[in-house]
Amino acid sequence: MIFAKEKKTGESAAIAAISTAQAPGGIGIIRISGDGAIEIAEKVFRSPWGKKLSQTPGYHALYGGVYTQDGEKIDEAVALVFRAPASFTGEDVVELSCHGGLYLLRRTLDCVLAAGARAAGPGEFTRRAFLNGKIGLTEAESVMDLICAQGKQAARAALAGHDGALERRIARIRDSLVAQAAHLSAWADYPEEEIPEVDTADLRKALVNARSEIGTLLSQFEAGRAIREGVDTVIAGRPNVGKSTLMNLLAGCERSIVTQYAGTTRDIVEDTVILGDVLLRLADTAGIHSTQDPVESIGVDRAKERVRAAQLVLAVFDSSQELNEEDLDLIKSLKEIPSVAVVNKSDLETKIDFAFLESHFPKVVSISAIKGDGLELLEKAVAQTLQTSALDPAAGMLFTERQRDTARRADGCLEEALSALDAGFTLDAVTVSLEGAVSTLLELTGERAGTAIVDAVFSHFCVGK
Amino acid sequence: MSYFAGNCDVAVIGAGHAGIEAGLAAARLGCSAMVFTINLDAVGNCPCNPSIGGTAKGHLVREIDALGGEMGRTADACFLQSRMLNRGKGPAVHSLRAQIDRREYSKIMKHKLELQENLQLKQAEVVDLTREGEAWKLTTRMGAAYIAKAVILATGTYLGGRIFVGDVSYESGPDGMFPAAFLGKSLKELGLSLRRFKTGTPARVLRSSIDFTDLEVQQGDDPVIPFSYDTETPGPNRAVCYVSWTNDETKRIILENIDRSPLYGGKIEGVGPRYCPSIEDKIVRFSDKPRHQLFIEPCGLDTEEMYLQGLSSSLPEDVQVAFYHSIKGLEHVQIMRCAYAIEYDCVDPIQMEATLEFTDFPGLYGAGQFNGSSGYEEAAAQGLVAGINAARKIQGKPPVILDRAGSYIGTLVDDLITKGVSDPYRMMTSRSEYRLVLRQDNADERLTPLGHEIGLIGEGRWKRFCEKQAQKTAELQRACQTVFSPTEELNEILVSRGTSPVTSGARLSDLLRRPEIDYKALTPIDTARPDYPDSVFENVEIELKYEGYIKRQKADIAEMRRLEQKLLSKGIDYSQIGGLRLEAQEKLQKVRPANIGQAGRISGVSPADVSVLLIWLAKNGDGSDGSGEWFGKDGEKHGANPENAS
Repeated sequence: MIFAKEKKTGESAAIAAISTAQAPGGIGIIRISGDGAIEIAEKVFRSPWGKKLSQTPGYHALYGGVYTQDGEKIDEAVALVFRAPASFTGEDVVELSCHGGLYLLRRTLDCVLAAGARAAGPGEFTRRAFLNGKIGLTEAESVMDLICAQGKQAARAALAGHDGALERRIARIRDSLVAQAAHLSAWADYPEEEIPEVDTADLRKALVNARSEIGTLLSQFEAGRAIREGVDTVIAGRPNVGKSTLMNLLAGCERSIVTQYAGTTRDIVEDTVILGDVLLRLADTAGIHSTQDPVESIGVDRAKERVRAAQLVLAVFDSSQELNEEDLDLIKSLKEIPSVAVVNKSDLETKIDFAFLESHFPKVVSISAIKGDGLELLEKAVAQTLQTSALDPAAGMLFTERQRDTARRADGCLEEALSALDAGFTLDAVTVSLEGAVSTLLELTGERAGTAIVDAVFSHFCVGK
Repeated sequence: MSYFAGNCDVAVIGAGHAGIEAGLAAARLGCSAMVFTINLDAVGNCPCNPSIGGTAKGHLVREIDALGGEMGRTADACFLQSRMLNRGKGPAVHSLRAQIDRREYSKIMKHKLELQENLQLKQAEVVDLTREGEAWKLTTRMGAAYIAKAVILATGTYLGGRIFVGDVSYESGPDGMFPAAFLGKSLKELGLSLRRFKTGTPARVLRSSIDFTDLEVQQGDDPVIPFSYDTETPGPNRAVCYVSWTNDETKRIILENIDRSPLYGGKIEGVGPRYCPSIEDKIVRFSDKPRHQLFIEPCGLDTEEMYLQGLSSSLPEDVQVAFYHSIKGLEHVQIMRCAYAIEYDCVDPIQMEATLEFTDFPGLYGAGQFNGSSGYEEAAAQGLVAGINAARKIQGKPPVILDRAGSYIGTLVDDLITKGVSDPYRMMTSRSEYRLVLRQDNADERLTPLGHEIGLIGEGRWKRFCEKQAQKTAELQRACQTVFSPTEELNEILVSRGTSPVTSGARLSDLLRRPEIDYKALTPIDTARPDYPDSVFENVEIELKYEGYIKRQKADIAEMRRLEQKLLSKGIDYSQIGGLRLEAQEKLQKVRPANIGQAGRISGVSPADVSVLLIWLAKNGDGSDGSGEWFGKDGEKHGANPENAS
């Protein structure tokens, strides 16, 4: 039997959120607070010396790495442990200070949520701080107003986003599930009426369809965010392949420049540009190549790290030269990172092995950065790679971590229902999981599952003595 | 003119299913109780279907019995046919239903009231109810005035009752009884706001006028499973039911005369139950349905009256005769009592506490149809809750609150007082979010410790309960320790049941976890099985099979109970709490929830509003954790603790 991951939903259950401003650059902090916060943090954070967060006293920090469930290292981080009641919220708190960009922070938050924390609601840290006596009574009113305002805002965002498209999309899934639940309910509660037998094949189909709908919503979450918030993009390649020219080309389109500021290091220059529908936060790295120069080597290391952390890599190659060792190294390092091969200098004689590149990248684009050719192709390739081309924002998307968390929980319930159905469990067990999914989806709209299902029974079925 | 006629602790107005349980519980808990009925021959009457139980209602009967109520025992004593519904649909929805001899049921109940120590049963119409200091003064139509410390209103369909049959309409209680025509005015003067609900019942017809030749027969179960944990050897089935169908002709007759229905003609203002529509309702609302099923059920052994379940109506009598005659088997049926709709006064239960006491009227309780519910079992359950709490309040004891997580009774009460009702409320399994835990097979485990603690479960019953629990524990342990070798015999059983064979030793508990396997299948190899009652094995098997679900529901329950312990005082002025949305303020002001958990279940109160309440609560600190006492809130004594029930 598969059971949806047990996630505590109580007032003191662990919650997590990115607690620094969600803007590029600088250090970002993920705060985890509540029962089991330290255990949860321990599942994603490992110290290189094997030191354990659970054995770390309050006000102490550990240096280490953040890892996914599969053991992949996402980022380096400092974990700061606060033990109740000596913390901002008065609960056990772990703050993970990560130095990667927003993308890495979010991946880290994802891991924390996967490890058992719930995405924090509006004002939730503050509320807990208040409830635990960490904030003075005089602040109470303003905290309440804040929560209220944020709650309203969240509700608006959930319901009114893109003219209610998300709500309509969720409503469709919900309605099909409520119809199934109502049928199950009528069938169980009115055994002597002529309620049609529950066709398990139909039920199965409805569950599978709902899962695939939710799956689509979930899979579009990242792409949706790429459109709304931008993608950490790295232009990588060995020296002199034309990275800076490409950067200038992208940044040079007048309409595209949003901000421009000097990179935090002299090796990485950042720009935020719009390419098609997508906001790219561009970093032009120092050329990746082996070097003996200690100063330059710092830049190269940083560049490699940037590549590892990127949401999108534009790997630039020189069309007029054959692929060398450094190119091959770069290709190898990009195996699991969304990337587009950009073959520059298409105006010169071609020496590069195109077939090889095509076998290693889903998209290979030829451009001439210096002449400004091929930008449309690049735009298309980027959209396809980020799956934003298939995305219609008007169709409704999940906007917040919390919405995604909810959708995932609903998906978990549906998975559980399917597994019970396939294992041959009685339908009362399937119903419980199905109703769990309905309840979870209704969290987004604020209705009550019980009432919705009972109402559906009476409007769809002729039952009664 | 009135005269002083006596004092009592608890006065119960009405001796239907709610009034009976209320009066008996109060008297058994040591209070002096008086139960008033308009007609002594109508005590425990079943003016509608001659049956007890059914889906979710069967759960309620089991729970009433587990707490020490009377309904289950009486039903067992006079049942005609018993069936466990929903076998094969899963343990959560198994429900017991019994056809009963309705006269016999009423006779037994009346006799029990008569024999009950501390209880006086009186035929008298209460016409006036007023405050008398801390107590209540009841005046009967004969002018007798009684003083009671607590009053439980269980007026059923008598209060302001009005019967409708076509364009004929007159003031009446059910089954031709007098209505309670004066009490309503008195209640309004007290300040209660009353509303009108409606219900209906089909005709009773003469058995010998039915042609049973082509009707499908419905038999009872063998063996019979009783409602009560006290009934060790239930009697046999003594009657059968029959099934027939309406047809196009029935539909035509009804539609042709629909304008003669008081409901469609606008004469009835009361709101009818959605789940119990009249046949004309069904035909109008589900016009694409070619036919509707009906059950022909016996009303008793010494009567030839038969009940036509599924055909309630308020159409004129001549139309009834015509459409009944259109139905197979009923072509020449003789109507003995015609179908009718009845409209009556009731209250919005949102004004009540979980004890069923009116928030604004201390010592005044309501139960049953008066509270907007429908059904004998729903009524009895509320009567028991009101009776227990009225007695405990008088005795200075903390109230007994049953919560949603521990019982269907608690779910029923919580739904009534939190959500209110817009039409008569019927219990359904789908109303409980914890239904894999709240099963009819474990009602005793969930509630009997509480019944014993408050004093409604006698020592003999308690001893048997403890013994059963010990057997269950022992059997669970045995199931986990018993390992069967992968013999050919075992694998033959497994394969024949459509599940995979084993290659190494298999634990009994693991085999029972497989959906395809039950105790029965393993009988040939499970030779060391002890000689326990079937109910013990049933219980163990369900717990093993549904362990994952049960565990998860229990986690949900623990969380819900935590919020239930954050108490909100009744005096809170929600309009003064900044940050609450207007809708939430209004709803909270109306319901005045007892705790945060209940507040969160009110429709229109969002999670953000709950956050605001939590902060407000912390700031004002008057209702923080544990300041309000209610019995068993420590969980252990509560009996409805999920840790000792599943």
